[in-house]
Amino acid sequence: MRNLTPRSVLLGLAAPLGALVFAALVCGIILAATGNSPIDTVDAMATAAQRPRTLVNSVNSATVYYLAAVAVAIGFRMKLFNIGVDGQYRLAAMLSAALAGAAFMDNLPSFLRIALTIAVAMLVGAGWAGLAALLKVTRGVSEVISTIMLNAIATYLVSYLLNPARLAETTAGSNNIGTAKITEGGQVPGFEVSGSTTKVFGLILLAAIVGVVYWFVLSRTKFGFELKATGLSESAAVASGVSVKKMVVISMLLSGAVAGLVGMPQLLGASYTYSLDFPPGLGFVGIAVALLGRNNPVGMAVAALLWGFLDNAANALDISGVPREIVLIMQGVIVLSVVVAYELVRRYRVRAEQQAVGKALGRTKTLEEVSA
Amino acid sequence: MTVGGLSVGIETAPARRGKRLSPMVYLLVAVGALLVLSAVRALSGATDLTSAGTVQAALTAAVPLAMAALAGLWAERAGVVNIGLEGMMVLGTFGAGYAGYQWGPWAGVVFGLFLGIIGGLLHAVATVTFGVDHIISGVAINLLAPGAALFLSKLYFADAPGGGQKQSPRIEDAAKVTLPGFSDLMGTIEGKRWFFVSDLAGVLRGLTTEISLLTLLAVVLIVATGWVLWRTPFGLRLRSCGESPSAAESLGVNVLKYKYLAVTASGAFAGLGGAFLAVSSGQYRDGQTGGRGFIGLAAMIFGNWRPGGLATGAGLFGYTDAMALRGSNAVHALLLLLGIALVVVAVIQYRSGHNVLSGVAAAIGVLFGWWYFASSEVPPELVGAAPYVVTLLVLGLASQRLRPPKFVGEPYRKGHAV
Repeated sequence: MRNLTPRSVLLGLAAPLGALVFAALVCGIILAATGNSPIDTVDAMATAAQRPRTLVNSVNSATVYYLAAVAVAIGFRMKLFNIGVDGQYRLAAMLSAALAGAAFMDNLPSFLRIALTIAVAMLVGAGWAGLAALLKVTRGVSEVISTIMLNAIATYLVSYLLNPARLAETTAGSNNIGTAKITEGGQVPGFEVSGSTTKVFGLILLAAIVGVVYWFVLSRTKFGFELKATGLSESAAVASGVSVKKMVVISMLLSGAVAGLVGMPQLLGASYTYSLDFPPGLGFVGIAVALLGRNNPVGMAVAALLWGFLDNAANALDISGVPREIVLIMQGVIVLSVVVAYELVRRYRVRAEQQAVGKALGRTKTLEEVSA
Repeated sequence: MTVGGLSVGIETAPARRGKRLSPMVYLLVAVGALLVLSAVRALSGATDLTSAGTVQAALTAAVPLAMAALAGLWAERAGVVNIGLEGMMVLGTFGAGYAGYQWGPWAGVVFGLFLGIIGGLLHAVATVTFGVDHIISGVAINLLAPGAALFLSKLYFADAPGGGQKQSPRIEDAAKVTLPGFSDLMGTIEGKRWFFVSDLAGVLRGLTTEISLLTLLAVVLIVATGWVLWRTPFGLRLRSCGESPSAAESLGVNVLKYKYLAVTASGAFAGLGGAFLAVSSGQYRDGQTGGRGFIGLAAMIFGNWRPGGLATGAGLFGYTDAMALRGSNAVHALLLLLGIALVVVAVIQYRSGHNVLSGVAAAIGVLFGWWYFASSEVPPELVGAAPYVVTLLVLGLASQRLRPPKFVGEPYRKGHAV
C-alpha cells in the first residue's frame, strides 16, 4: 500500500484524533447546556482512570470489543456488511454455555472442555452467519437486510431456549434464569492484578491470537489479498479469476466464527453461565470499534481500549452526579464524526495525489511559462 | 438488490411496463385471503383470527410500522439506504413523551416529527454531503440516538410528576372515532359465526370502531406519499435520483437537493412513527421501539418499495403482533396460514419455471403444516420472530419479483457521473 512518510502518518492520525476532539467538544457543549460542569466530568473520568479496578475492567471490555471488531472487519474488508455479529455471538454464547454447563462435561479434562466450548461457539456463529451467506450467493439477498432479520430471530430463539423447560434453570434466590453454571474445570482462570479484585480475562490471549491471525491472513496470504481485492473492486477481482461467491461464503463463515468467540471471555472468565443479564449489543460496539480503528489490527485494539475505558468510566460519572449517558452520546458522535473525517481525509488525499501527478506530468504551466 | 455492497448473486426483475395489476385483481386476492382465513378459523376454532378486537389491535400495531416503512421508502427511492430508522424512531418517541405530557398528544406528534427531522438531517449530512457509506451512518445513528434519548429522559422526566429516569409521565391518547350505526350492525353479524360473512363483518367492525385519528392520519400519509412520488414532477425527479442520479443530473435535476429533501422527509416519517408509538401506548419508555424501525424496513422490502405494498406488509406484521397478544390458540393457527401461503408461492414459482425454488418453498410450507398438526400450541417466545422469518422467506423465495431502486446505497458526488 502507501509508503509510510511523516505526512501520511499525520494524515492517518488526523481523522481519529480530529473526531475525538470534535466529540469531546460536542459533549462539553451538551454538558454545559444542561447545567453540568464539563470540567468536573473530565475530573471524575480522570480519577476513575487511576483506579486499578477501572483499568482492569476496561481491558476486559476491550478484549470482548476487539473480538467483535475483528469479526466485523473481516466482512468490511471485502465490502460485506455483517450487521449480524450481534445475533451470532448471542446464539453462540447461549448454546455453548448450555453445552459447557452440561453434567457429562464434568468428566472431561479441563483443556478439552474449554476447547470444545469454544469450538461449538465458533461453529454456531459460523452457521448463523452462513444462512446470510447462503441467501446472498444463491438468491442475491443483501446481507445487511438478512443479518438484521437474523439478529432479531436470534433474540427470539435465545429467549425461547432460555427457559427452565428447555436449556436453562432458575437461579436460586433470584428471578434470573440462565444455563447451568460451568464448573471449575470448564472455566478459564484470569490474571491477578495488584490493587484490583477483578481479574484480567485469561482469554485476552485468545483475542491477541485472533488479532495476529487476522493480520497474517489479510496481509500475507493469497486469500487475504483476494479478499481485499474483492472489496476494492468486485469486477476487477472477477476479471482476475476470483470467485466472489466462494469469497463471500468463506469470509462470512470466518466472520461468524470470530463472532462466536465474542461471548467467550465473559462466559468462561466471569459469569460462567448465559443468563438474562448477559451483555447484549456487543456486535454493534464491534462495528463502531472497527470503524474507528479502520479495520486495522492495531488500530482496532486502540479503539477497543478507548471504548472499554469510556464504558467503565461512565460508572464513575454517576457518582459525581453527571448522567452516564453522556458517554453513549460521546461514543455515537465519535463514530459519526470519525467516518466523516476519514472521508474528508480520503478526498484530500485523492486531490493531493492528482495534483502531484499533474505536477510530475508538467501539465500545469506556471504564469511565466504561459506568458513566455 | 445492492445496498452499496457486493453485487454477487443478484437477479432483479426487469422493469415491467403496462402490466400493472388492476384493482380488481387486488380485491380478488384480498377476498381469497379472507376466505382462507375464515376456513382456518372454522377449522381451528381460533375465533380471534378475524375478531374485531384483533383487527383493531393489528391496526394500532401496524401504524408505527407503516410510518417506519414510509420513512424507508422516501429515503430509498432517492437512493439513500436508511437503517438509522430505528434511532430516528427512538428520537420520535422521546419527542412525543416530552411535548406530549405537557401540551397534549398532538404537540407530542409534532415534536416527535421535529426530532425525527433532526435525525434525518444528520443522516443526510453524513451520506449526501460527505459521502459516508449509508449503512455505516445508519449504524452510527442507531448508536447515538438511544443514548441521546436516555440522557434527555433522565434530565427531563426523572423529576416530572409520574415520570421516571427511563419513562415519561402519561400522555393523553389522541381522539378516537367510530362509524356510527355501521359498527353495531357489523357487531351483530359477527356474533352469528357464519362462515366468511361473520369474518368479513369482524374485520369491517375492527376497521370502523374506535379508530384513532393518528391511524387516519397514517392512511392519509400513505396515500399522499403514493401520489407525490408517482403522480407529480417532484416525485419523478426524486425517484430519478434513486434510479440513475447521473441521468437526472444531466437533465438539470439538483440531485443533492432532492436527496436532502428525501432523507429529511424520511427522518420526519420515522419520528412520526415513534411519536405514534409513544402516544398510542400512553408514554415514552426506554427501549420502546424494540426493533420496529427494522420491521418497518422489512415491511418496505416485503412491499417491493411501493406504498400499497408496504401498507400490506405493515398490516401483516401488525397482525402477527396482535395475534401474539391474543394468546397461543390464534397464533397456532398462524402456522397453518404460513404453510398455505408457502404452498401458494410454490405453485406460482413452479408455473414460472423456478423448479428448485418451488421445491424449497413447498418443503418449508409442508414443514409448517406438519408443525401445525403435530403440536397444540406455539411457544409464545417465538411468535415475535414471525415478521422477520416472513421477510427472509419473501427475500429468499420471491426476490426475483422485487425491484428496488437501481442506485440505492451507492455513493453519489455531484459532477462525478458514473
